Amino acid sequence: MPDGAAHVTIRGLAKRFQDAVVYEGFDFDIPRGRFVSVFGPNGCGKSTLINMIAGLVPTDRGEILLGGKSVKDTNFGYVFQNYRDALFPWLRAFDNIEYPLKLRHIPQAQRRARVERLVARLGVTIDLRRYPYELSGGQQQLVSIMRALVVEPEVLFLDEPFSALDYEMTLFMRDQLQRLFLETATTMVLVSHDLEEAVYLADHVLLLSRRPARIADYVDVPQPRPRSAATLSDPEFVRVKGHCLEVFQRAVRGP
Amino acid sequence: MRRVFARDALAQALLPCIGVVLLLALWYLASYVRVVDPVLLPSPVAMMTALWRGMTAGSLAHDFLRTVERTTVAMLVAAVIAVPLGILLGSSERLYRSVEFVIDFFRSTPASAVFPLFLVIFGVGDKTKIYVASFGASLVILFNVAYGVMNARKTRLLAAKVMGASRLRVLTDVMLMESLPQTFVGLRNGVSLALVIVVVAEMFIGSVDGLGHAVFDAQQMFEMPDMYASIFAAGALGYGLNLLFLLVEKRVVHWSGK
Ligand SMILES: Nc1ncnc2c1ncn2[C@@H]1O[C@H](COP(=O)(O)OP(=O)(O)OP(=O)(O)O)[C@@H](O)[C@H]1O
Ligand SMILES: [Mg+2]
Repeated sequence: MPDGAAHVTIRGLAKRFQDAVVYEGFDFDIPRGRFVSVFGPNGCGKSTLINMIAGLVPTDRGEILLGGKSVKDTNFGYVFQNYRDALFPWLRAFDNIEYPLKLRHIPQAQRRARVERLVARLGVTIDLRRYPYELSGGQQQLVSIMRALVVEPEVLFLDEPFSALDYEMTLFMRDQLQRLFLETATTMVLVSHDLEEAVYLADHVLLLSRRPARIADYVDVPQPRPRSAATLSDPEFVRVKGHCLEVFQRAVRGP
Repeated sequence: MRRVFARDALAQALLPCIGVVLLLALWYLASYVRVVDPVLLPSPVAMMTALWRGMTAGSLAHDFLRTVERTTVAMLVAAVIAVPLGILLGSSERLYRSVEFVIDFFRSTPASAVFPLFLVIFGVGDKTKIYVASFGASLVILFNVAYGVMNARKTRLLAAKVMGASRLRVLTDVMLMESLPQTFVGLRNGVSLALVIVVVAEMFIGSVDGLGHAVFDAQQMFEMPDMYASIFAAGALGYGLNLLFLLVEKRVVHWSGK
């Protein structure tokens, strides 16, 4: 299937928690091999959206397909905001990364080879014999991203992956993630509460309105990659970001 | 600078000894100036001599080992029953809630209150001593294991699920590991309780050996240094067991609190 064709298709999605309607008749396509950022007001349903796509939260109605298949038959990765809770502290970093391969009953020699290949490809310099609690926050999140990537997923979901890191580490991790994206061309869906980050990383920004979430806008970010610190002050980038902010403020205020 | 550090480290290491030295000094002084009848409170030297004699030539070593044996067997029985049961109950919160009251009730019942019942069932031999200790310890362990499993971090369970782990794998790979720190708390509390029960049982329930018997016997014969020596041995055993569990815990649950 060509890049840019719909990879994830969402049709007629409906979801409510008790009396809070989060989605109602929601349609959306996520293009293959592209990076989509999801941005919107607090509690509008960003996490719920990717959790429903990933099968962590059941939908009430509607259909979600990934490459025409259900999520159960899809190879996907998911990166949690809270890396400390998401990694297994009783396993060394290396064993954490190879754990999903173990679940797939891949023999040990192959598991090692695949992790080592991933490490080499990403140019990761962390000592993977360490336990997660012996690593810095950024290193831990990098390990958990590698754990998600080692199965060579079709889609990678990231829910505010950098929001627990300090600013310097966040900048570094953004570029790591961009490298991963360029390296692997995996379809990526990022939920972020940092507009600059959302725009910087994305090919497309999905802007959601307040609950019930509707598409407030779907903005293309045409900046060439690799992007760098210079991109942040590029007039075109600033314009796109400004436009997103405007749409966001309107969306927060509501109709 | 280096010297100062070295001196600080030495001071740190010696700090806990102060209490011990103070206690011994007070004890020695008390027996020296005879504030208490020396028959009731022999000097620490007399106690240490009795301890040495008992451990090398007398029956104290045998008594010590018998108590260790009973406590160990009691703990093994308790762990074999309580750990799997705790995992089972903890893996379903509804299941645990349905038996929570029963567990809490028996956990709050003094284990010594069931001695007569166990005597009727198991007779006056070793079985009663061991099984009452197992009964007490197992409830403590069960409670802790179940809570450990129930309080497994949701994100970690989700992470395993999202990577494609079956329910069984989630249980064995995540919940079990998550429950380990709390399980060790249960084991440590359990072994303390088991030792208490074993020693009490050795005092009163037709015993011919064990530390409880040694204490009681020495008291009956008015051999006060021997009695103090036996009490000291029991204390050392309790402390040692706790320390042993702490050391094992630190190795096994290396990630705890980090
Ligand atoms: N398990 C749940 N039970 C009840 N209500 C829920 C549950 N999960 C989410 N909600 C509600 O649904 C709405 C959407 O939640 P969601 O977590 O998807 O929002 P979000 O956009 O990710 O917010 P944030 O910016 O805070 O991360 C919120 O109002 C939230 O309170
Ligand atoms: Mg969220």
